[in-house]
Amino acid sequence: MTGFLSRFLTGLLRLRRGPWETLSTILIALGVVMLMQPFALWAFTWSFLVTLTGTVMFIITSHFPE
Amino acid sequence: MTNPIDLAARATPAPVSRRIRGLSDRAIAWIFVAPTIFLLLAINIFPLIWTVRLSFTNYAANKPNAEVKWVGLRNYQRILTDDGIWATMQTTAHFLFWTLLLQVVIGFTLAWLINRKFRGNDLLTTLIVIPMMLSPAVVGNFWTFLYQPQIGLVNYVVELLTGTPASSFSMLGPGGLAPWSIIIVDTWMWTPFVMLICLAGLRSIPDYIYEAAEVDRASKWRQFWTITVPMVLPFLMLAVLFRGIENFKMFDMVALLTGGGPGNETLLTSIDLKREAFEKWRTGYSSAYAIILFVTVFGLASIYVKALNKVKER
Repeated sequence: MTGFLSRFLTGLLRLRRGPWETLSTILIALGVVMLMQPFALWAFTWSFLVTLTGTVMFIITSHFPE
Repeated sequence: MTNPIDLAARATPAPVSRRIRGLSDRAIAWIFVAPTIFLLLAINIFPLIWTVRLSFTNYAANKPNAEVKWVGLRNYQRILTDDGIWATMQTTAHFLFWTLLLQVVIGFTLAWLINRKFRGNDLLTTLIVIPMMLSPAVVGNFWTFLYQPQIGLVNYVVELLTGTPASSFSMLGPGGLAPWSIIIVDTWMWTPFVMLICLAGLRSIPDYIYEAAEVDRASKWRQFWTITVPMVLPFLMLAVLFRGIENFKMFDMVALLTGGGPGNETLLTSIDLKREAFEKWRTGYSSAYAIILFVTVFGLASIYVKALNKVKER
């Protein structure tokens, strides 16, 4: 777990595609969950911004080196 | 024997061939691709940019001469704080959750059963995939007949099995059954698609892995959970993402079956969007609504493409 986390953080710092794409994917999924959850209106309000950030990030980071 | 290419070259009129001979392969490729790119820009990209622009205004398409005011992010702010739209999102989430769950469970089970060799296997596969070949408009219409309280087959079967009088309930009317009715129809129509993808996954597992497991005396149950499920999982994820995106945009079938009713029980986002845009004529507001849905679908599609690439690498 610690090894995975350190590899993930190193990848982020070195601007590697894999970890950044994973981060963007998490943001997109989080945004979609926030959009459709029935518990908190504030989460619904901020969902679009989270999904948009994730999507834009995905478009940019998919051009990063492997 | 003369080469057909030489024949075509000889048949080309001299002025044309002279003009073409001066062009590089790249230029010729661009000439062929240009009309498609132009159409794509005109039909897809331009309306998208125009919608983004409209989403920041109070434009109403039924009042073309009214003054169009720039309202900034107000449309987005109103949508994202609207209880009604939040409820619509939850209705869509309910529809998405149950359709995906049922389609994955039934689709995977069917694929697992069909993957075994038995007589009539091909015929059965063909019969199972028929629903997904039908048009959603046709499916919507004939399920409306099946759900008729007086003459519908569904109510008749329920009466036969439970004794509840057929005309005492309506699958598409008030009473809370309508959301489940659309889930049943979508599951009936699209489970074969999930089944086909799972079948592709199951058939991609080499036999020698099972043979090695047999040598190690692994039980069938263990083989299923440690070989079959992990190796089919990327395919299953692909099917879930694809169906998720499609069902998030679901319009035609539900519009024909319930039109979003009774009340707002089956009001999915795309039906709500159509009401805002073409019944209430709030074009600017509905453009912002469409952009929110577009960004969500685009995000999900990005994950889908990533998953697809992972499956390709296998």
